[in-house]
Amino acid sequence: MITRQRLAAGLCALLATLTAGVAFPAGAVADETAQAAPKVELVLDVSGSMRARDIDGGSRMAAAKQAFNEVLDATPEEVQLGIRTLGANYRGDDRKTGCKDTAQLYPVGTLDRTEAKTAVATLTPTGWTPIGPALLKAAGDLDGGDGTRRIVLISDGEDTCQPLDPCEVAREISSKGIGLTIDTLGLVPDAKTRDQLSCIADATGGTYTSVQHKEELADRVGQLVDRAADPVVTPVAVEGAAECAQAPALKSGLYTDREEFTKHRWYRVEVEPGQELRASVSVAADRAVAPDYGVLLRAVTVHGREIVRGEAAGNGRTDVISTGLRYPKAESDDEDATAEVVCLQVSNSFAAAAGVKTTPGLPLELTVDVVDGPDQSGDVASFGLGRGWWLLGALVLTGFLAGVLWGWISRWRVAVWRTN
Amino acid sequence: MRIRRVLTTALFLLGAAAPAALAVAAAPAVADSSPSPSPSGDDGAPTEAGTSFRTATEIEQGQRATAGASTGDYLYWSFPADAGQRPTVKATVKLPGSAARSAAETWQIDVYDGLRRRQACQYGAQTRTAAAGAASVELSCTLRTVRAWTETWANDPLPGTYYIRLTATGLPASGLGLPVNAEVEVGSKDIGGAAAVDGSLAEPLVPGIATTGGKSDEDSDSSTAVLSSIEPDDGWASGWWSDRWVWTAIGGVLAALAGIGGYALTRGAGRPSRVPPGA
Repeated sequence: MITRQRLAAGLCALLATLTAGVAFPAGAVADETAQAAPKVELVLDVSGSMRARDIDGGSRMAAAKQAFNEVLDATPEEVQLGIRTLGANYRGDDRKTGCKDTAQLYPVGTLDRTEAKTAVATLTPTGWTPIGPALLKAAGDLDGGDGTRRIVLISDGEDTCQPLDPCEVAREISSKGIGLTIDTLGLVPDAKTRDQLSCIADATGGTYTSVQHKEELADRVGQLVDRAADPVVTPVAVEGAAECAQAPALKSGLYTDREEFTKHRWYRVEVEPGQELRASVSVAADRAVAPDYGVLLRAVTVHGREIVRGEAAGNGRTDVISTGLRYPKAESDDEDATAEVVCLQVSNSFAAAAGVKTTPGLPLELTVDVVDGPDQSGDVASFGLGRGWWLLGALVLTGFLAGVLWGWISRWRVAVWRTN
Repeated sequence: MRIRRVLTTALFLLGAAAPAALAVAAAPAVADSSPSPSPSGDDGAPTEAGTSFRTATEIEQGQRATAGASTGDYLYWSFPADAGQRPTVKATVKLPGSAARSAAETWQIDVYDGLRRRQACQYGAQTRTAAAGAASVELSCTLRTVRAWTETWANDPLPGTYYIRLTATGLPASGLGLPVNAEVEVGSKDIGGAAAVDGSLAEPLVPGIATTGGKSDEDSDSSTAVLSSIEPDDGWASGWWSDRWVWTAIGGVLAALAGIGGYALTRGAGRPSRVPPGA
């Protein structure tokens, strides 16, 4: 079976290489329908504090500009890149106006390096730090398309526009858009900035980096932009039901959903006789949670009998907790045997840390594969064969005894023949 | 008499030859038992790591993959492991200079199978705490032997994709986001026929194989991204060969020879010499 699989996979790989080879020149002509282009928006803090001269002797702004120039040079062709600023224009003291100060410096699209660089060069550190509103706008800029979407936020201070918590804004954004990640970089950050930026990153499955040196900034931003260019499977959004009867029917594929704390979700999968259901689930901790947690995935018949379960528990710092299960449905002799509906129940035992909002739910990722069933074994040993010196000894002894016996019989026969 | 002598000689000869043959048959298993990774740095080794199961960087066994990251990142790699192998994952994390770091950090590797079930480490330091001044921390995890088939309800390792997750589990707030360098390498010991079992999976435990296995016809024009396109260099083992065939066949030959020997002992040399001619 697996050999056949290998052949098929080889053929597929060959096909993929061929199509890729054909697709690349086509991609240069920006055929957007064929391939979903990854979109990245760099969000740069241009608030007054960026004037501080504490990165390798230069100002934070100078370091950011230099890093942007390097990144713009190295951006892969297929990436659609945009730049947004926050706090770049309003000099005044009015908080209300200052907190609306975010502008698109360079629109998300195919990159014109010279134009983008010129735009970056005009920036001077100016105003407030409205991180929350900037993230909302940035998410709007990236709207549309099926490709991966990534926001890279570079800031040197915490949000000055409370009560809108940028961390919750980030969670809202990620709960609406599939495959949107926010990576954050803190320039010489203090403790508060670090906490806020890492919270934003955690809320969207992104990463947080603390930058102390110029070259670190360019390296990291370049790495994040490159990461956006890697092709990734985009999950399909589903909404699981509170009970199996209303649950959405799933086929093989990758799905995403949101699951609230201590709630569970149901999904249905059809499994033909002779097929095997493989399901795995990951529940991500996208906010501060209690240190002990777990996840449970159960396969249940429509009548409520549990078939198999996968469970995992853990403690300490984590991004996800995941488990999986396998259920091969036996072959049936009955010709009209119908597919069995298997209900999958996903529950989690995360608990929100004190003072953390519980909505929207935790991101959940579900992989379903329905494949051919395994070959059952009658004997655990390979084909029932033996192995080892004891086996040889036993065989030799048996053979020898058989020989002795056969010898005696033939002697006895000779004796009988002689007496007659 | 002569026949008996010939037979006995043949028996002794074969008796001596059989273990030699066995030794030859068993030799490949012995030769394979050294871990496969070659210490030389190969050019194709990945220099980036993924940040989730979905984006895990695929590596081959024996490759030394490196990645630059920030402390606190969750780094993911995936590798293929086939039946009869016992993989060992080794990771080295080069920590930022002690000037930037004020407290101890705990690092951990977790290995998950293709169903994202956490796999136990038989031995190896899976978790280690680096003191404040330490320049690096080394981790290792040896999995159980991968079997071609297990009971469905068991979570024993099966052939397919394996995920490595490397992260700092215990971390002072001040350490968050500092640059680190990570290196991982997967080697495996070939356990051979001793671990051979009957039965096999129709498809290896590779996530998304139901949609990429060439069975569905609509996926060819959609995105080329797949959950896991992992496969060992020489493909997945078909599962029918094991050195048990050799042991069993040699046992059969030895048994036949022993049978002939036993027969020759008791039957005597043909017609008894005392019997008068013509009786």
